[in-house]
Amino acid sequence: MTFPIVPDLLSSLFKKPNTNPFPAPQLPPTVTGLLDEVNQGKAELNPPVPAPERLRGKMTYNRETCIGCNLCIKVCPAHAIEAIPAVKKVRFYVSQCIQCGQCTEICPKQCLALSGEFLNASHDRYDRSLIVER
Amino acid sequence: MKTIEVKKPSGYFTQIGPAHPALKEPVMFNLDVEGERIIKADFAPGMSHRGIEWMGLRRNCIQVIYLAERICGICGITHSISFVRAVEQIAQIQVPVRAHYIRSIVGELERIHSHLLWAGVAAHELGFDSAFYLAWRVRENVMDLVEYLTGNRVHYAMIQIGGVRRDITREQFPRIEESMKFFDNAYDQLARVFLDDTTVQMRCRDCGVLTYEEARQLCPVGPTARASGIKKDVRVDHPYAGYADLDIEYMTPDRLTGEVRGDVYDRIVVRLLEVKQSIALVRQLLEQMPDGPLLAIPKPAVLLAKLKGAAGEAVGRHEAPRGEVMHYVRLEAGKDEPVSWKVKASSYSNYLSWIPMMEGEQIADIPIIAASIDPCISCTDRVALVQDGNRRVLTKAELHRLSVEKTRRIQASLSAR
Repeated sequence: MTFPIVPDLLSSLFKKPNTNPFPAPQLPPTVTGLLDEVNQGKAELNPPVPAPERLRGKMTYNRETCIGCNLCIKVCPAHAIEAIPAVKKVRFYVSQCIQCGQCTEICPKQCLALSGEFLNASHDRYDRSLIVER
Repeated sequence: MKTIEVKKPSGYFTQIGPAHPALKEPVMFNLDVEGERIIKADFAPGMSHRGIEWMGLRRNCIQVIYLAERICGICGITHSISFVRAVEQIAQIQVPVRAHYIRSIVGELERIHSHLLWAGVAAHELGFDSAFYLAWRVRENVMDLVEYLTGNRVHYAMIQIGGVRRDITREQFPRIEESMKFFDNAYDQLARVFLDDTTVQMRCRDCGVLTYEEARQLCPVGPTARASGIKKDVRVDHPYAGYADLDIEYMTPDRLTGEVRGDVYDRIVVRLLEVKQSIALVRQLLEQMPDGPLLAIPKPAVLLAKLKGAAGEAVGRHEAPRGEVMHYVRLEAGKDEPVSWKVKASSYSNYLSWIPMMEGEQIADIPIIAASIDPCISCTDRVALVQDGNRRVLTKAELHRLSVEKTRRIQASLSAR
């Protein structure tokens, strides 16, 4: 009978956990309660692991340079971009965006980019923070 | 709902699935059992049809790349490489050499992470959860590497028609080499934990056997075929991307154990050997990578215009971690969308080998046998037949009857003229 995993198991007893305890080392009774406490300054969040340089996160949009050519809408695989024909601008729905970054490549004015921001969870799909207009 | 007819019930008929805790994805097994032994096995796929091809026919080729990437949650690059290879053939786009190399590098990193994920799942099915945690902890390293190179852990978005979208620069090589060193050690550790362990040997040796002859008849692909001794690998047989320049061979279990038995244990051996092979391939690719452009047509708008004018049909293939993936694409001039898109996922070819593997084994062996071909059930399901709310399967006799009826109809309409 050989169990070659035993030395690995024993050595693991003396190692720290491999994962980053985010947002708190222990599971709080309620997550919203924890966030309220953080807002009041009573508790602190454990910071997430720093994002890698190339991470594709939330959209950024420069409304001033946009010329309303709608090329980004043509290549968006997720139909996450809506045209506003009256002002010749566009609107991005982050909840629908799959962060492929194809729109940033086709944009002739380079007014689109993907930032490293990745904490985009919300209860509401149409939350103000999940619609990028400017 | 009745999908198979048991003519002579030998003792007891049992169904496992479509949704069952032992199965990761929905599929149904219909088993004829006697005590604990399986006398006759059958399965019914088609429980998770998603209509991806239908969605693809309503999007232009650039949009379909990202849709194809989402066919499978694990093989992020597999389906997009197959799709763009088909489109590149139709539009006659020459991919730059550097782009070929980058595609191969990401493809090999994906193979490492997919095989480690599978090793963890297989250990979990055996009840060996310590090895499951070990394999998945090791896997985190390659996930971090892929995130560092491509910008995302799972859906890489690296592939573009006519090349790749992001470069792998010389400054990034040390980080890749660091991970490859880590995997050299991890391979030794995993091979020891999985292959020398008495529990794994007792559960997996001579369990779920697919003999060489059976494999020849059923045509499985990938590690399932190679574990039965069939020398078959798209990367070697029909080299594409950077593979033609590499020193690459078929990984069969006899390289490590000296014999081919075609059991679950051999499938573990093949996948571990392929992890080692992928580490060597990534090193070779980095060493030989030439300089040059990344895209044949850098401007996506120009590319879209060129694809609108392209017409024809082609097949694109890729050796996924689970075996050969094939995409058939047909484009017509003047249309942005593909007119036809057919996806054959690798598990489609491997499904049938379940039947000889399961027959004669015990019910308790089903989870590990089902997992041993690394099935990707949602990727494979392409058709679901539903009529008046009832699901059914067209049998060979029914298809024949429909065909005969059609001939009669045509004959009648001809004679009526």
